[in-house]
Amino acid sequence: MKDLVILGAGTAGTMMSNHLAKRLPDDWRIRIVDQRKIHHYQPGYLFIPFGTYKEEDIIKPIQQFIPERAEYIQQSILKVDADHNRVYLEDSRVLDYDVLIIATGTDIAPEEIDGMLGDHWHKSVFDFYTLDGAVKLHEKLESWEGGHLAVHISEMPIKCPVAPLEFTFLADAYFEQRGIRDKVKISFVTPMDGAFTKPVASAHLGHLLEEKGIEVVPNFNIMSLDGERKVITDYEGREVSYDLLVTIPTNKGADYVERSGLGDELNFIPTHKGTLQSKAKENIFVIGDATNLPASKAGSVAHFEGEILLENVMRFINGKELLDEFDGHANCFVETGHGKALLIDFNYTHQPVSGTFPIPGVGPLNLLKESRMNHMGKMAFKWIYWNMLITGKHIPFVSSKMNEAGKNFEEANV
Amino acid sequence: METTIAGQIIDLNNEGYLTDLNQWNKEVAAQIAQEEGIELTDGHWPVLEYLQEQYRNEVPLSIRKVGKSGVVDIKQFYALFPGGPLKKASRIAGIPKPASCI
Ligand SMILES: Cc1cc2nc3c(=O)[nH]c(=O)nc-3n(C[C@H](O)[C@H](O)[C@H](O)COP(=O)(O)OP(=O)(O)OC[C@H]3O[C@@H](n4cnc5c(N)ncnc54)[C@H](O)[C@@H]3O)c2cc1C
Repeated sequence: MKDLVILGAGTAGTMMSNHLAKRLPDDWRIRIVDQRKIHHYQPGYLFIPFGTYKEEDIIKPIQQFIPERAEYIQQSILKVDADHNRVYLEDSRVLDYDVLIIATGTDIAPEEIDGMLGDHWHKSVFDFYTLDGAVKLHEKLESWEGGHLAVHISEMPIKCPVAPLEFTFLADAYFEQRGIRDKVKISFVTPMDGAFTKPVASAHLGHLLEEKGIEVVPNFNIMSLDGERKVITDYEGREVSYDLLVTIPTNKGADYVERSGLGDELNFIPTHKGTLQSKAKENIFVIGDATNLPASKAGSVAHFEGEILLENVMRFINGKELLDEFDGHANCFVETGHGKALLIDFNYTHQPVSGTFPIPGVGPLNLLKESRMNHMGKMAFKWIYWNMLITGKHIPFVSSKMNEAGKNFEEANV
Repeated sequence: METTIAGQIIDLNNEGYLTDLNQWNKEVAAQIAQEEGIELTDGHWPVLEYLQEQYRNEVPLSIRKVGKSGVVDIKQFYALFPGGPLKKASRIAGIPKPASCI
């Protein structure tokens, strides 16, 4: 009997268990570990603060999505001993493996910013990257009478890098619907050059912020937060004051990654960008948000990675050369409020492009243009997520490598 | 886009970043730094070398990573390259602009 162990049963881990259950030879056992009982549809967190989704709309039991062939183990991972091909779990169980797939994603680490945690946490300073944060923020927004809302990114990289911007657009629309938009000042505070930093995206989309009356505070690298004075300060001494701060705290990989000596300074795992093999060991592969790849941390990226990772695990166990093919393909809907959305498509070397998706020249989705159809696409993504993405079914017309037909290209500056 | 910096022909992208690190040398760095309003001192070179080394090893860079490098801490990094330290230092080091989302 040979052993394949998957760490993490979120988007990527669940998807891989389904892919592998179909392809691995019979003498392989599959085990998958996660600390949770419940799978969260994380893209849904964005809509909870505005009451569009409730908690029960975006959660389902993990077990329901794990194939029969795989054993699901609900436990916290303590450590990987990569030299001896072993995983240690909190209940002191030890799992030996021949091949390990790491898919433990990333989580917020508000403790990384001086003063961010405190009595004010989830009172005047909120996150919406956790279910708990999103639900508490919903309660706050319902009773909020207005003031200065600062939407803030602590540092890059973060998962779903467009989510903060989407939150900002949705907040603008939400306050308008409540009839208090004139009582709310909205700022977007970012460590990057601007809200959109790639030239093509910023040329196409920069106007949206201005139209919606959203102030951008760029190049702001937060050093500390003062919950009493309601001020954030950056490394150059600049201050932004707020009444309500919605922040994306530092994103980090899981703590056991650090204990196992497998991560970088944010516990992301150095990974070969074309093959998804870890740099530390040949029999450890990494997928999804847990990698240090210069690709976006998004469910769509994990999906594109999955096809290549499946192929490479099969090649690895058969002693064949790995495919060096992952191109960083990402594709994200961007909610812009009032029932409209944009769609962006890009990879390691190409900037977001305009054109149509998924069928060249036909669509039905329009890249880089606001439309109701794109919004419907975003809402339909939930169904696709539960029924196709994490169950490892092929999504029609959408391939792991970026399709270059029907799109207007410009090379990215990378 | 070709341009002449410190008497040499250099390829730059439309944001003014070198497209070929092989064309970089200390004179080129000094002149780009001047455009950024920075006078290069002994404190700057180790940072620039660190950035280039990370780039050659394909390690994505962040301000935090530089702060933990042991070469400088974040405050010193800001003091050396005021404004946008990683952006400016990358440009002076002749490596691509740090990747960000959209
Ligand atoms: C607000 C928000 C909006 C988003 N919107 C979109 C979107 O529109 N489109 C899109 O494509 N993506 C979106 N994403 C991103 C997407 O959800 C993630 O990129 C995706 O879930 C990554 O999958 P993953 O498997 O790598 O990690 P995850 O799905 O996060 O799974 C990691 C799993 O590992 C487990 N784990 C971690 N540490 C341990 C441990 N020590 N022991 C045991 N188990 C552990 C966790 O419990 C978790 O179940 C969004 C994310 C957020 C937060």
